[in-house]
Amino acid sequence: MSTKQALSALTRREALLLAAGATMVAAGGVVLTAGTANADQKMVDEAVMKLIGGKKPTEGKISFDLPQIAENGNTVPVGVTVESPMTADNYVKSVHLFADGNPAPGVASLHFTPMSGKASAATRMRLAGTQNVVAVAEMSDGSVYRAQQEVKVTIGGCGG
Amino acid sequence: MAKNVKPRVRVQKKAAKGDVIEIKTLISHKMESGRRKGKDGKLIPRSIINKMEVTFNGKPLFSADWLPAISANPYMSFFAKVEESGEFAFKWTDDDGSVYEKKAKITVA
Repeated sequence: MSTKQALSALTRREALLLAAGATMVAAGGVVLTAGTANADQKMVDEAVMKLIGGKKPTEGKISFDLPQIAENGNTVPVGVTVESPMTADNYVKSVHLFADGNPAPGVASLHFTPMSGKASAATRMRLAGTQNVVAVAEMSDGSVYRAQQEVKVTIGGCGG
Repeated sequence: MAKNVKPRVRVQKKAAKGDVIEIKTLISHKMESGRRKGKDGKLIPRSIINKMEVTFNGKPLFSADWLPAISANPYMSFFAKVEESGEFAFKWTDDDGSVYEKKAKITVA
């Protein structure tokens, strides 16, 4: 390899590096704009606090049935199951669903009874873009559990 | 009142005592989120079904509060442990106060 070739290779590499840097800056800009228009983790936490009244949630017990990649953000299937014996004195009272990248963080609240037999339900929701889906479960004994999972959305579903 | 709202419910006809059965429901409704703009550039006002309640033989079994993030033609599935024969009653409440209802019977042997 001649010095001339090595030099040109370097410049090409530099050019690529510069281009990559520029893309990262652009992506950063997009994230910032999205942050101002939509809900974020803080808003989700505030909404959770409002519903459960300042109790500290523990991770676990909740499992999601969510696609990793959703092609259409208008109808994203979401299933949630909470481990519980579902007896009269130990059952799941409510499961609240949130999406931290939607214009409003709330999605739905599901209320179970010991008659449910199984704390599991499924629905379909709108997701404005790639974001985290959060579930918060309230048990009959007052304890609170939380779980979250990311869904990548190809086409967002919030109209406008 | 929203047009052409048709609730659909799928419950198995028979079950053994103590079985946990899955119930699937679907209701046709456009679930207007209140964030979409019409052709005139103005926001289309929110119009959604905000509550769904299910009872079995008059006792509460399951309920859900829906927000605008729920998709059009909302689907909901959940479970019920059946100990006796009876009737499931499903009730959806619209933002405008309309109520849509549906019933389904089950025989428990």
